Amino acid sequence: MSYAGFKTLFPKSDLIGFAVLAVILVIVLPLAVDIFRLNLIGKYLTYAFVAVGLVLCWGSGGILSLGQGVFFGLGGYGMAMFLKLEASSPENTAIQSTPGIPDFMDWNQLTELPWFWEPFHSLTFTVLAIVLVPSLFAYIIGVAMFKRRVGGVYFAIITQAVAAILTILIIGQQGYTGGVNGITDLRTLNGWDIRSDEAKYIFYFLCVFLLFVCLGVAQYVRKSKLGRLLVAMREMEDRVRFSGYDVSNFKIFVFCLGAAFAAVGGAMFTLQVGFMSPTLVGIVPSIEMVIFCAVGGRLSILGAVYGALVVNWAKTTLSESFPELWLFAMGALFIAVVMAFPNGLAGLYSKYCEPYIKQKLKSFRAGRGGDVMAEGVAHERQ
Amino acid sequence: MSASNTDFVLAVEGLTVSFDGFKAVNDLSFYVDKNEIRVIVGPNGAGKTTVLDLICGRTKATDGSIKFRNRELTKMKEHQIVRAGVGRKFQTPSIYGDLSVFENLEISFPRGRSVFGALVFKRDAEVLQRVDEIADMIFLKDLLHTPAELLSHGQKQWLEIGMLLIQDPELLMLDEPVAGMSVAERRQTADLLRRITRDRSVIVIEHDMQFVAEIADKVTVLHQGKILAEGSAEEVKKDEKVIEVYLGH
Repeated sequence: MSYAGFKTLFPKSDLIGFAVLAVILVIVLPLAVDIFRLNLIGKYLTYAFVAVGLVLCWGSGGILSLGQGVFFGLGGYGMAMFLKLEASSPENTAIQSTPGIPDFMDWNQLTELPWFWEPFHSLTFTVLAIVLVPSLFAYIIGVAMFKRRVGGVYFAIITQAVAAILTILIIGQQGYTGGVNGITDLRTLNGWDIRSDEAKYIFYFLCVFLLFVCLGVAQYVRKSKLGRLLVAMREMEDRVRFSGYDVSNFKIFVFCLGAAFAAVGGAMFTLQVGFMSPTLVGIVPSIEMVIFCAVGGRLSILGAVYGALVVNWAKTTLSESFPELWLFAMGALFIAVVMAFPNGLAGLYSKYCEPYIKQKLKSFRAGRGGDVMAEGVAHERQ
Repeated sequence: MSASNTDFVLAVEGLTVSFDGFKAVNDLSFYVDKNEIRVIVGPNGAGKTTVLDLICGRTKATDGSIKFRNRELTKMKEHQIVRAGVGRKFQTPSIYGDLSVFENLEISFPRGRSVFGALVFKRDAEVLQRVDEIADMIFLKDLLHTPAELLSHGQKQWLEIGMLLIQDPELLMLDEPVAGMSVAERRQTADLLRRITRDRSVIVIEHDMQFVAEIADKVTVLHQGKILAEGSAEEVKKDEKVIEVYLGH
């Protein structure tokens, strides 16, 4: 990419934001906390994938999905199926009446691996399926809804219904899905123990890396004409349509992209937490994901990451000491965001902190800043 | 029912739309020539806006045919009609408030209209030059980087007209372009309309008869979904039926 192209993609303030987040996630947190807490942070970050997708769909495009848990879950289940098959080798499951199939299938009197589990023996297939299956599912929902011009509240309710339906389906078909317990007891990835501290460190950094890939894609989309079109559609859909655009295609695209992000997050959840269950698919987690996005700021992709981190950190801390209080706190938080600061943390930052920092920088440059910088250059030359 | 091919830019024949039995437009036929400025007037509820909605595909016709350069529009989707060369301005200014004037015009620039096209769209010299040209024409050259929501009502109307001009449509449809404008703005707008209509056909809905007389080649008076009178502004003004239902004595 040319230098000018890079400058338009990452204006200075965005670049600093990305750099600060990278320093926090890659350097500060791994040094500051132990592996148990770092693993928790890695788990929080998997929700950030969903929140970033929601910034594109909801913040930019005005498409509120209350069913992102579906895509998070599909990605997570894809990963879990692969890991479960590896954990269910005939040697490991010799005591079962049918060795070689996952334990919950054996408990449910299945005697054969269902056909749709077969391809998940392959890691390549699994990785592809993690991204493609949820995207395809989002595409089908998108075509069915957006081509018929279903939008706004109706779309939100339908996505919520899809989340409910998928949860019921997973719980009801426990022989095929592990039911309400989910898929548990995952051990190795191609023979490598995923429960070791070393694996947890690697997964944390992989998660951060993938998050930055998604952030990069999101940044590119937002800076492209498509990003501006999303904003235009949010404000005046008819004007976009009567400017020669097929509006539904753009909605389908951004919905699929959000689903793909969520799915990657889901897969990273399975790897870091070691299980996948319907409690991460249904209505409640889907709404929580919207709250992460709202708290962080639905117009800022970086804000969404901080939102996911802060809300989940608060959830863990509160739940450790006052388990029954969390739901109330969550409700209060959502009301506070909607009433008091509709653009979330990112909105607060750009309203109060950014002008302050800019002014400080200015006076710094105007004062001794010039000399310091000149000295710096001189040092570098030496 | 399909109409025969003609030399007209727009040929509307037997156009009917009924909403739950109520015929908002009833067996309407009219023809618009190349480079003609046609003004549609009529009392409230006459079906003026509905006619524009039908032409641009926002409302589906119950019966009849609309041919634009001999292409049937009634079967086409909205964005296809736009791409065929029909531009439409809405009654209330429809612009994107959160985007700058420049971005508003850029989005309307007719390139990169597919998902992939929009992702790889580049602000090249052609785009910059065209946006500049249009901004100059609609009196907004100094406001290119202002958020559109900060514009005055009249400026918003101009911006939307500019968003249509950048598409270079062969048929331009304007729904009350001077409504809510100051006298000075009206004069500027009339001037603007005269300049932009030189090489395209225009359909305008307007109430202000003085403004109508100033710009119209031909006036169509609608009443209860039907044509009451058609002719030059002078002829229409003298028509007894028009005076009766619309202009008043």
